Amino acid sequence: MPADPKPHAVVLEARSLVKRFGAVTAVDGISVEIRAGEVTAILGPSGSGKSTLLRCLNFLEVPDSGEVIFQGQRVRARDRDLDALRSRVGMVFQQFNLFPHLRVWENVALGPRVILGLPAAAARERALGFLARVGLSDKADSHPLQLSGGQQQRAAIARALAMEPVALLFDEPTSALDPELTGEVLSVMRALAAEGMTMAVVTHEVAFARAVSHQVVFMDAGRVVLRGTPAEVIDSPANERAARFFSRPGA
Amino acid sequence: MIGPDGRLNSGNAGRLSRAPWWLLVLALGGTVFAWRAATSELYGDILMRILSGLGVTLAVTAVAFPLAIGLGLATALGLVSPSPVRRNLATLYVQVARGVPILVQIFIVAFVLVPLGVEALKWGSGGTGFLATLRPSDVPMGARVVAALVCAYGAFEAETVRGGLTSLSRGQAEAARALGLTQRQALRHVLLPQTFRRILPTLGNDLISLLKDSSLVSVLGVRDVTQEARLYASATFRYTESLTLLALLYLALTLLLALGVKGLEHRYRRHAS
Repeated sequence: MPADPKPHAVVLEARSLVKRFGAVTAVDGISVEIRAGEVTAILGPSGSGKSTLLRCLNFLEVPDSGEVIFQGQRVRARDRDLDALRSRVGMVFQQFNLFPHLRVWENVALGPRVILGLPAAAARERALGFLARVGLSDKADSHPLQLSGGQQQRAAIARALAMEPVALLFDEPTSALDPELTGEVLSVMRALAAEGMTMAVVTHEVAFARAVSHQVVFMDAGRVVLRGTPAEVIDSPANERAARFFSRPGA
Repeated sequence: MIGPDGRLNSGNAGRLSRAPWWLLVLALGGTVFAWRAATSELYGDILMRILSGLGVTLAVTAVAFPLAIGLGLATALGLVSPSPVRRNLATLYVQVARGVPILVQIFIVAFVLVPLGVEALKWGSGGTGFLATLRPSDVPMGARVVAALVCAYGAFEAETVRGGLTSLSRGQAEAARALGLTQRQALRHVLLPQTFRRILPTLGNDLISLLKDSSLVSVLGVRDVTQEARLYASATFRYTESLTLLALLYLALTLLLALGVKGLEHRYRRHAS
């Protein structure tokens, strides 16, 4: 884990977020800070509210109460604020969600062309550049459904990167992949982390979180029960629930 | 129906059993009539007369269909709108247009709404200018029929588009919005292109229906193929020949359309989700 003594600016912050689905409180008053240049791993058992928390950060779920602060500005749940936030903060989904009617490079070029207003040729150029970074140059002209899951996810990462975001949100990016394909996606994410990309990652890959994250947030039942460095949270958790979670075989 | 392997229509994989025999039967029948039309003066006469209305039939269909899709698209966006006003207006239109027979809609548009509209325009013009001299008879029957067909088919297309739109996985809309696309951009670049690929077979069906329903223009005396056949038959009492040829002409047109739609579907199917 790269050590860095100087404190990082907070890019994205949640303050006392609450999100309920009917009688279930999925996110129960959570505050987190996503700091620049850091990887924040959000871990916890299934149903603990990790994904909901992440989705609240860019308002794919609108929080019932609490605040989201992006670069010092409070984000309000209205289209103008959200489009601005989302074009600066990329998101990668568990199910990839590539656009099947567009070729791979068109998926990546869409945002730069439509949102950033790049000319078609420049957007294509940029798309091919980012596809090269995730090792998919040879698949640029394919259609998404012709790719393997791992390739689709790498294309989805390129799509998010092409907007040149200040931060990336990953929502269980490898949970739909078999172990072999998981590896290729994680290695792309490792490279991003090494370049200093600001990332918030909801994941079940404990080894990955231990290796690359600066901050680990452990959630259970909609609350943060433990947070700190990977050493503090994963290796010697001072919490019974977290200890049980990380002591299971394979973790 | 459903075979032991869970497939519809399984087994019978032989080439002979898969051949389109129905098409052969039709082609044979068509050839017989084409032969008659080519050799018999009467059939040739009827055919030429009917074909003189072909332009009107095709024009009514070609104008009404894109307009109906446009109206249907706008209505579909209303149906899925979060605004209760838009949603209810769209639902009201769909329910009314779908619940009144097309023939009745044609009469209402032609003889009630158009005269009313003309009066309203005259009143609105304040008695001066071009609009003040407008009379209901200035609106051609063909235009009234197209308006009525657009109104009727707009409701069908609205339901079709809404169905297609809601059948897309939520992940598509999420990914589009999470990328920073506005609602309009997400529709234009991500959701609608996929919707149209998905509803293509239904749109093809609707186009064929519309072509057939364009025959209703004959009730207003518009001289499409049906009207020409009726006029010829009533003047000569050659009902059997006229109506058979008329039916075969429609059949030829709808089969051509069906083939065209199949081709389009095939082109888009490969990469559809």
